[in-house]
Parts: sequence; C-alpha cells; structure tokens
Amino acid sequence: MVLTALFLVPSRAQVTSNHLRISEKCPMIDRRLIQNFDWLLLLLTFAIMAVGLVTLYSALFSGGGVRGSILTRQIYWLGLGMVVMVLAFSLDYQWLERFAYPAYVIGILLLMAVLIFGKTVSGSKRWLDLGPLVAQPSELMKPLLVIALARFFARQEKRESYKLRELALPALMVLVPVALIVLEPDLGTAALLLGIAASIILFVGVRPSSLLVLAGFSLSALPLFWYLMKGYQRQRILTLLDPSRDPLGSGYHIIQAKIAVGSGQFWGKGFLKGTQGQLRFIPEHHTDFIFTVLAEEWGFVGALLLLALLLCFLLRGMSVARRSRDQFGALLAFGITATVFWHVAVNIGMVLGMLPVVGIPLPLVSYGGSSAVVTMASIGILLNVAMRKFVFQK
Amino acid sequence: MGFGPLNSSSGNGDRLRFQVAVYLVVSIFVVLLLRIWFLQIIRGETYRDLSENNRIRLEDIAPTRGIIYDRHGRILVDNRPAFKLAIVRADVSDLQQTLDKLSRFLEVEQNQLEEKVRNAPKGAPFRPILLNRDMNRNQVAAVETHRFNLPGVKVQIEPRRSYERPSFAAHLIGYLGEIGEAQLRKRQNQGYKLGDYLGRYGVEMEWEMSLKGQRGGRQVEADAAGRQLQILREIPSQPGHNLVLTLDTQLQLEAERALEGKAGAIVAMDPNTGDILAMASSPAFDQNQFVRGFTPSEWQAIVDHPQHPLENKAIQGQYPLGSTFKPVVVAAALEEGVIEPETMLTCNGEYQLGNHVYRCWKKRGHGEIALFQAVVQSCDIYFYQLGQRLGVERMADYARRFRLGSRTLVRLNNEAGGLVPTARWKLRRFGIPWQKGEDLVTAIGQGFLLATPIQMSVFYGAIANGGVFVKPRVVMRVEDADGGVVNKVQPEAFGRIDLSPGTVAFLQRALEGVVQEPRGTGRAALLPGKLRGLRVAGKTGTAQVVRAPEDDEEGDESEVPYKFRDHAWFVTYAPAEAPEIVVTVLVEHGGHGGSAAAPLARQVMEVYFKNRPKVQEAKLEARSEQ
Repeated sequence: MVLTALFLVPSRAQVTSNHLRISEKCPMIDRRLIQNFDWLLLLLTFAIMAVGLVTLYSALFSGGGVRGSILTRQIYWLGLGMVVMVLAFSLDYQWLERFAYPAYVIGILLLMAVLIFGKTVSGSKRWLDLGPLVAQPSELMKPLLVIALARFFARQEKRESYKLRELALPALMVLVPVALIVLEPDLGTAALLLGIAASIILFVGVRPSSLLVLAGFSLSALPLFWYLMKGYQRQRILTLLDPSRDPLGSGYHIIQAKIAVGSGQFWGKGFLKGTQGQLRFIPEHHTDFIFTVLAEEWGFVGALLLLALLLCFLLRGMSVARRSRDQFGALLAFGITATVFWHVAVNIGMVLGMLPVVGIPLPLVSYGGSSAVVTMASIGILLNVAMRKFVFQK
Repeated sequence: MGFGPLNSSSGNGDRLRFQVAVYLVVSIFVVLLLRIWFLQIIRGETYRDLSENNRIRLEDIAPTRGIIYDRHGRILVDNRPAFKLAIVRADVSDLQQTLDKLSRFLEVEQNQLEEKVRNAPKGAPFRPILLNRDMNRNQVAAVETHRFNLPGVKVQIEPRRSYERPSFAAHLIGYLGEIGEAQLRKRQNQGYKLGDYLGRYGVEMEWEMSLKGQRGGRQVEADAAGRQLQILREIPSQPGHNLVLTLDTQLQLEAERALEGKAGAIVAMDPNTGDILAMASSPAFDQNQFVRGFTPSEWQAIVDHPQHPLENKAIQGQYPLGSTFKPVVVAAALEEGVIEPETMLTCNGEYQLGNHVYRCWKKRGHGEIALFQAVVQSCDIYFYQLGQRLGVERMADYARRFRLGSRTLVRLNNEAGGLVPTARWKLRRFGIPWQKGEDLVTAIGQGFLLATPIQMSVFYGAIANGGVFVKPRVVMRVEDADGGVVNKVQPEAFGRIDLSPGTVAFLQRALEGVVQEPRGTGRAALLPGKLRGLRVAGKTGTAQVVRAPEDDEEGDESEVPYKFRDHAWFVTYAPAEAPEIVVTVLVEHGGHGGSAAAPLARQVMEVYFKNRPKVQEAKLEARSEQ
C-alpha cells in the first residue's frame, strides 16, 4: 500500500505535466513543480509510517491474535490521510492564506461544539460524535492556528523585533483556542498549542526587552493561577508534574513504561516478543505509549532508527521553511515542523518518564484517526511549500 | 541533498533563528537518546529482570462502605470481613493440579472452578480471577495451610455488607447488587470496577455516592510465584460516609411486628420535621440474600410472590383512599360555602341519584346528622350530598391543595404519585365523559382516586401541625468515619395549606372526635392504660377493591375471597393538641379500617409514647405550664 502510494503520486503529476502548453496560467502544471517535488520528505514520511504500522501490529498483538479491526481502521485513516495530503499539495498554498481566518473561525466553532455536544470519555470532553466516526477538533486546531498565525505575521511590514503591543492580536488568536481546550479539559494539548504558537512567535522575532517582560509576566501570573484553582485541579496539576503522586494511575504506567523500554536493551526482545504491552501492563500502548512497544521489541537499535528518521524529517521541514519563496510559506513550513517536533519531544519525553503524563500522540505512529489525517494534511502543506519555492528563487 | 546553505535572501536575524532552532531540535533529540541509552543499556539488565517476572503489580484495596445508624445511634447496617480467593494464572505452575487442590479445600466441583478460569478475560494472565468471594472459616484454614504449595493463589480480606437484623426496614434501607455492564460503562470514571457492589434500592441506592468510599491500592513487588515481596507504594482506601437515619428501631420493629402475616404498609412520621420514624412494608425480604446471591428458584419465588415483597408499599403502593379522603371534601365544602358545620342532613342508609341507589356503610342509616358527626361516624350519605354539591373539579382542586396526586419527594427511589381524577382526565384516559354518580363515589374516596401511604402521612401531617406540608426525611445526618458531621439534612417544607384557619381547626376537632367520641369509627386507636390521657386523632378508611354487590351485608368480610376484600386504612396522629407523630396504616385486603388498621396504629403509637424521649416530655410540661 505504501509503495503504490509512492508511485501513484508522481505518475499523476506527470500526466498533468503533459498538458503544460495548454494552460500556462495554471501554476499547478508547471514542469518545475515536479522538479521541485520534495521526494526526500515524502520518503521520510512513508518510512516513519511504516515503522508505525509495524509497531502498531506488535501493540495489537496479544496472546496469539491481533486486534485486526484497529489495525485496519488505522490503515484506512492513513489512506484517507494520503488523499488529503495530495489535495493539500495540489493547490498553491496561497489559497491557504486567503482562507486562513475563516478556517480558524471554523476551528474555534468546532472547539465550542465539543464543549456543548462533545462525548465525555473518562471525565473530559474531547471528541465530537459524527455518526459513524468521532473526531477530535483540538487536533484540527493545531494546523489551523499555524496557518492563521503565518498569515498574520506574513502580512506585517516588519520582519522582526516585535513589541508587546504588536503581539496582542496574535496572542489573542492563541489564547482563545487554548482556553477552550483547557475547558475540555485537555491540559496536554493546550500546552502543546502554546508551545507551537510560542515557537512561531519566537521565530518571527520578539524584541529582547519585550521577551523579558513577557517571561516575567507569565512567571508572576503562575502563582495567581495556582491561587484561583480549586483543590482537585491543583491535585491534577501536581500529579501531572509528578506521576509518583499517583502510584495507582499514571505513576504505575510510568514505571511499567520504563520497564518496557529498559528491558528492550540493545537489540530488543524481537518482533512480537515484547511482554509488557501484550500482557496489558501498559494501558494506551497502541496510542500514547506506543513508543514503549518499539523500544521493547527492537531495543536501542529500533529507537535510534525511529529517532533518526524523525530528526531527518524535522531538519528537512526546517530547510523547506528556509528556502520558501515568501514569508507566509516560511512560517507555514516552520509552524508545521514545530508542531511535529513538539509532539515527538513531549510524547517520547513522557514515555521515558521525563515529562508529565499527558495525552499527546506520536505522529504517524500512534493509533488515532484525527491525528493521522491532520498530520498527513500538514505534511501535504509542507510538500506544497517545498515544491512552490521556485517563484522567487534567485 | 537536504540541509544546504541558507537562502541568501534571508536576513541575518532569520539565519540566526534557523540555526538556533536546528540546534535546539538536535540537542533535545540527543537528550532523548541519552535517556534511552540510560534506560536500555545502563539499567537494561534490571529492567529486563523486572519485566521477565512482571514483578511490579497493582492490587486494589476495597473501601469500607459507610455504616447506617438509626436516630439513636444503633447500628443497622455494618460490614464484616470476608475472605476472598483468587488465582493469577501466570503465576500458577500447574493449573489442573492447583484447581484440583482448591476444589477439595473449598468442597466444590472442580469443573465449577475450571469454568470460572475459562470465562475470565483472555490476554491478561496477571489479572486475578475470583474463585470465591466469601470463604468460610474451614475453607480459609485449608487454603492458608497449603499456601506455600499453591503458587499464584491469593487470599484477600475484603469488607462485606452485613445487615444486622435480617429483613429489618428492608425496603427503606434497600440493598446492594453487583454492578452491571451498562452501569459500569456509565460510571467508570466514578471509580467503579467489574465485580463491585453498589446500592440498587432504597437508602443504599439514593446515598450511594456518600456511602461508597474510595478505593485504594498498592504497588507490589512479587516473586516468580506471585507472592508478595514488598509493598512499593500504597494508597489506603477511604471509608465511605456513615448515615444516621431518622428511623427509630423500636418503632420500626413494632410496625413490622404489627404487619406480620399481612400485606401492607405502616409509616410513622414526625409531622413537625418530616422525620420518618418507621416505614414498614410487608411482606419483606432478607437483604443479606442480595449480598450472598440468589439461586434461580429463590429469585423466581420472590418475583412471583402474589404480594410483591420487593415493592415498598409505603411509597410505591397506590390505593383508593376510601373515607380517609373525607377531610378533603369537608375542607372543600366549608371553604366553598356549600354547607355550614351546623347543616343537618338526613341519612337513612340509602341515597338515590337518577335510577341508581348509593348506600351508606351503615345499612340502618345515621338519621339526622351534622358535619362533625358525619366525619366522626364516617357517614357516606352525608358525603354523597357534599360530593353532589361540590362536583369533581372542586374536589380535585382541594385534593391537590392537600398535595394528593404529587410525589412527596422523599429521597427513595420508585415513589409513585397517586391520582386525582378530573372530568378531563377521564375523558382523555377512557374516552368516556364524567358521570354525575362519580361525584358521589369520589366524595367517599372511591372511584379513580389513588394515594400512597406516605402521601397520606404528609396530608394528615399538615392537618396535625396546623397546615405545613413537610418533605419526608429519611436521613438526618451524614458523618465521616470519625463521626464528624459532613452534611446535616435540614427539615424541608413545601409551604402552607391554602385553607382558612377555621377550617383547619374544624378538621382537627373532627379527627379527634373519630377516636375520642363514643360513636367514632376509630375508637380502636384509643391508647390504653396510663396513656389514656393522650388524645388521639385519626380517620378510618375502607377502600373497595371491587364495587360491592348490591346486597352486600355489612361486616361479613370473612366470606369474601381474599383478593376481593377491601383495603383497610387508618391515619392517625397524637397528641391531638400538640402532635408529635403521624401513623399511617394500610392493610391490603384487610377489611374495615376501624377494625383491621386502627389497632395496628395503636400498637405503634403505644410503643412510641412508652419510649417517648424524656426531652419531649420536658417540652410538653413546659408548654402546659405556660
């Protein structure tokens, strides 16, 4: 399936390129589009996806059988993701700039809809029930926020050294979805959204003095928030920061996750030979804790391979940002790369017991429909920016 | 390929920020990799060892459910330690041999145990499988003695619900049941797990959240045979909150004794606070049976029982009111000016309307009679005429003013609301218009009127206390395990009755007459001996189950088949001048209220006034001195 997709995409692009002379105006069928297509980025994407599917197969394997329905569903999701990816790189990304704000508003409305109509699962409302499937609007909000911020900063006259007053509007654009996600409550995703937004804003450039004021202000606001929180909310935060406070819940998961990772040693226990996941010592081992399955069965070698693939992907993403034709494209590519980076860092950091236990998936590896489709769409945008860099190329 | 030099069009700042971003990403990946190196290479041996025996496990610590006390602090429901037996499949070396031994120790068929193991969820060999929830002393001793040869077998102590007196206040206190799958899905985030018990009925259900407590647990390091080596971390369970009921054990026992061998209900309530002092429904059931579990035949016997033991007749049973409805008609007649208290009407035993003859319960008739005596002697002819003059709509209006037809909102599940019929209701329900004669029938509490015993307690309670509708209260206080008060349930009221004080005073006098007057129908409720001085008020009621045949002789109940016999009502309160207790008695198919229900009410009253707390006596003295 992965292979057919690999060949499907260029062949279709080649067909369209034959019509080059018929309609010159349409930028989609410019020969340079194919020349500039970022094959490496696509290859890295498929490689990570392949590692993900093999690991998911292990994670769903238990006592001689595989929970096939979940695996099939994930393959469908990734297939759908590929369709969305093709759509996302077909049209010039300037379209995204035009629809950045309406799309952002739709994202906000969806987040509100979740709070009102959402499905409550273990105490928080994160999913929207759409008949046969459930979707997580907070996943969608991540690229929508990136696009909206990219548009905002791309249209500004200045290129760096933003002052506090000039950052008020983008700050509002960030804080509204963050607040809505905190209300679900999904503190992990909210924090992730803050991290993505902060990356973009810092990348655009903030005046050093303003940065100091901002940092000082946020730090001094923390005790105030703490004071305003209710007892159980504080407890929740404390548990998040220190899982050992909850030895029957996340503290236990962390211990088992560490045992799973550590017991993999250098070469791993071998494909389908991991026990921690199969014996259900680790909950969520096919979603948020899937890295433990890889590390247990493939050892340090496997973990190193996945980390290397992810690192190459991120560096490639940043090079797309750097070589893009305009500021919007650069910010778009940088924001998407930052999104993937924060997911990877927070997810693996959490599994290794270095970061709080929050529900953040590992992109392209963890099971999850919304995450898979949104990630693929984002990569499509990244490919879009990469292949349309030529316009202003010197 | 890849990461070529920076685009020359970018400014210096851009270039710097790209570099910083790349360095940051790379260094964070290095940190992650170092951490993986530490876990897999440096500590790898240790973790491999821990994973091989899956040595670190979680064990639940079950919480102790809250204790239930009566109003004087007597324990009604407690917990006792129970020994449960479970096996962890992954730790068992030889499953057949182990089950063979266990079947001998437990004295059960081996295939029963095998079935339990087979039915356990697959793919989780470290999850304990429950084999026995409540081992007896011999079983525990046998298993414990051979513990060392039984790897993977666990004996754990767990608190179990224990009802101190079997079937005592069974309907009010309620019972527990194992959580069902649908419920589990709904309540998982409240901390319930498969196999948990939760309140299914009565106070146990309504106060589940207070009673249940919070589960604890421990992280345990086990050896290869599943034996516990050390406890790594432990979170103790939180016991549930204790409940102090408004119930008085002595009174409840007496009420249950009074109903023995009968079907019916008794409610004793303090009309000033709404405290339910006793609530008995007969026949009852043994709540411990719900903890132990029923055999299919036992369960079938309970469900098929013609007198419905699982139903709390005090709040779920809806009965025609009979003459206990008459105070409503009196109030309506006086308030609407249909008659004066002095109006004399004649009763010669029969009353003709159209071509139909309506009879008084007293065949010879009461003769010339005024309103007071009509109530005292429960003259039906007098009330037929009031009903004819008032019409159903006005009677229904006053019935609702006495809160008939609406639930009392006592915090117990499945309360029924009774029924106050109107012409519109009948037309909608049956498609037949209201008949004139039905006004007459309604006036003596027959026809479509229905009420529950607890509704009657609130209705008469309002007459007793001068017009306030109390909300019946079953739980007085919620206390934590150390006796600290968590929640005081305040008495509540639904406001005052919409009647003139004169009408209420007349009703009080008339109800007192029913018991105290020589020809009153409720004389059987007079308190005997030293308690004679306490003035009792009340009203009898005889509710027809089927329309009486025209030539029915009065008082020949024993010849009528049981299921066609009348329901007997008696609602009473005392002392008449400053009421402290309202007692409602309903005996299904008991016959006449005055003979079948009133003596039972007296029995309960007697116990109440014999044991009356000294405090209240002092209060009474203080009042008489004023």
